Amino acid sequence: MTVVSAPESAVGAGLPLELLGQRARPVTLAAERSLPVSDALAPLLPDGVLPRGVSVGVEGPGATSLALGLVAAASAAGSWTVVVGAADLGLVAASEAGLVLARTVMVAPPPPDRWATVVAALAEAVEVILVRPTTRVRATDVRRLGAHLRARGGVLVRLPGPGSWPEAPDIALRTTDPGWRGAVAPDRLDGAGRLRARRLVVEASGRRRAARPRRLELWLPGADGRPMPVIAAPEPVAPTPTGTASPADWSRAG
Amino acid sequence: MADDDLPARALVVRVPDWPVLAAGHDRSEPVVVVHANRVVATSAAARSVGVRLGLRRREAQRRCPSAVLVAADPARDARAFEPVVVALEAVTPRVEVTRPGEAAFATRGPSRYHGGDAALGARVIEVLTAALPRPVPVRVGVADGAFAATCASRPGPPARPLGSDDGVDPPAADQVDPVQVVAPGRSPASLTAWPVLAAARYLGTSAAEATAEVLGRLGLGTLGALATLPATDVLARFGTDGALLHRLARGLDPRPLSTRRPAPELAVGTELDPPVERVDVLAFRAVALADTLHGRLDHDGLACLRLAIEVETEHGELRRRSWRHEGGLNAAAVAERARWQLDGWLNGPVADRPTAGVTRLLLDPEEVVAARGRQLGFWGGETRIDEGAARALTRVAALLGTEAVTVPELCGGRGPGDRVGAVSAAAVDLSGERVVARPGTTGPWPGRLPAPSPALVFPDPAPVDLVDAQGRPVGVGGRGAITAAPARLGRHQVGGWAGPWPAEERWWDPDRARRRARVQVVLADGTAHLLALEHGVWHLEGTYD
Repeated sequence: MTVVSAPESAVGAGLPLELLGQRARPVTLAAERSLPVSDALAPLLPDGVLPRGVSVGVEGPGATSLALGLVAAASAAGSWTVVVGAADLGLVAASEAGLVLARTVMVAPPPPDRWATVVAALAEAVEVILVRPTTRVRATDVRRLGAHLRARGGVLVRLPGPGSWPEAPDIALRTTDPGWRGAVAPDRLDGAGRLRARRLVVEASGRRRAARPRRLELWLPGADGRPMPVIAAPEPVAPTPTGTASPADWSRAG
Repeated sequence: MADDDLPARALVVRVPDWPVLAAGHDRSEPVVVVHANRVVATSAAARSVGVRLGLRRREAQRRCPSAVLVAADPARDARAFEPVVVALEAVTPRVEVTRPGEAAFATRGPSRYHGGDAALGARVIEVLTAALPRPVPVRVGVADGAFAATCASRPGPPARPLGSDDGVDPPAADQVDPVQVVAPGRSPASLTAWPVLAAARYLGTSAAEATAEVLGRLGLGTLGALATLPATDVLARFGTDGALLHRLARGLDPRPLSTRRPAPELAVGTELDPPVERVDVLAFRAVALADTLHGRLDHDGLACLRLAIEVETEHGELRRRSWRHEGGLNAAAVAERARWQLDGWLNGPVADRPTAGVTRLLLDPEEVVAARGRQLGFWGGETRIDEGAARALTRVAALLGTEAVTVPELCGGRGPGDRVGAVSAAAVDLSGERVVARPGTTGPWPGRLPAPSPALVFPDPAPVDLVDAQGRPVGVGGRGAITAAPARLGRHQVGGWAGPWPAEERWWDPDRARRRARVQVVLADGTAHLLALEHGVWHLEGTYD
């Protein structure tokens, strides 16, 4: 194959095409370097999109559903999703949430000494990674992982689990105040109904562009398994405290 | 061109709408086979109301609201086609499967034996009609070269020149003679009205389709128009793909001059001790063989056009089947075809199944050509991302073992854990479009819990205590009613509950029978769980996290 000749100073032995690609690549703005996200969750994120190269932490009751809902739109748009160390992820629920199973790969929990190698190898190549560490992740590994994520433009979602992280994620999402509809009061049917949808509150905080705290009440999962906005929501800053959330949660919500 | 460039006379037999039949439906029912939200096959009844290939699923449903929707599944199609090919082998031993629903063979010997091409075609139809589960108008085309024969077996060039496909029957399709014989030497003339896209589809590569589209934009919509151009100019302007299309347009085989029977040492095989009876184990060995085979071919700069898969059983039975793909088979495609074929043999009709475990597995490239390589997207397109992902997964599999990297496959079942299976990622072709639903997934499953499903499903459900207000264990009676309202789950207060959903599974098989009842429980703190009662013990099956 003939190759376009490039300035000899910059060209390594085997990479002229790659270099050419880098030079000719159009400049992209930060907001364009993003993955799509479902409309229901968009108000939680800066610019209403999932920025590439970030880590997202989810915690609280319903964290798994939130993680699935968050990456479903990207998966539907063609991204590959790899789940590391969460063998108990309900794939039927994932499919209902909108994850495309044809582009989903499950990886068994790696042994602690290989965890960083495995996740880094995936971060280099895959756009969406859901990961649940089993031990404490080292700070050096987190930095290396972050570099891979930014280079590849992927998103890493930290699932809650036994492991812990040395620093907070770029975007932290926290669910509170879950309430199921279908089998509990007020439309309690004692055996005759079924779980239909869960209403909960998600609080978002984070660093840089995501620093402004956001708060959203939504159905997660909604009646069809996907997140749905709460229509005609009550005043979003101070909802009536009907649930069992602790006072600490409410102080944060305000 | 030299005289020996003339293609060998071939017979192509085609069962129309095979995916519909393989799914167990009749052509007279309105059936639509969809893949990735697009219609990939239809029945005659669905076509008669305007459902066309390539339509979006919703549009197809709008045009034919009564249509039965079936998910596309090449493995199912291949499995169902295997008995048909076995029947065809009564006519000639050298049958090649081009794709499920379509097979080809050289007619030189069989035609002379049966008294001419027309008589041979009639015999093939007779044999196939007996072998098919329901009456279908089988079509046969005989011509010089497999491509011309393929075209002859179809119901004529579509009225719309480009963009349409073979799923369109002209009105009198079922009345024309099912055996179409193109006289020797008349192949180029018979092809003139066909669109170039038909030839590109025959080659089966996206590069060829792209070239066909360019030719169409330049006003060379039909093979007749393309054939009038000088071969050297087409090669110079449109490269290898243009040259291949041009050869097909002139009624020649795409690459007879470079095609050759490879040296026997390219074949790779393995002895299996102890004998293997399970498809997944065999398929796994086939993946390793396909990799070795691909490595050898790669080393010699070859690509495989026709591959034979051969197994030998403990009782000395020998099965061999050839698969053909004009675009060349890569390692993953070889492994996938091996999986389909092994599935067809081992899970096919009982009468045709091997009587013992498989002791030898052989992958034999029967026809190879010089490889032209695969072009990645110049600016890094979808392909590159997928190949990068595939490489990373291979690396992870090397680090953790192949069993650690799996892809989900939907399968039939009632519990949330039963409905998804895991297949080793090494055993499937991730670079292409993949079907994640096994047959029977969509069938009725009484006792299945409706959506939403639990987001966490525990592989080893832990036993839990579910008691009523008096502290007595809660049970489910023989008629599927709960004995008392649950009040506490372990130490937690139950806020609400729903169920039970009894599921009695495989009661006909004492080893695999399971009797369970499921209950949804919402605790006072707002978390919800799915519990299953089996043998008097409740298990925490999943959490609606």
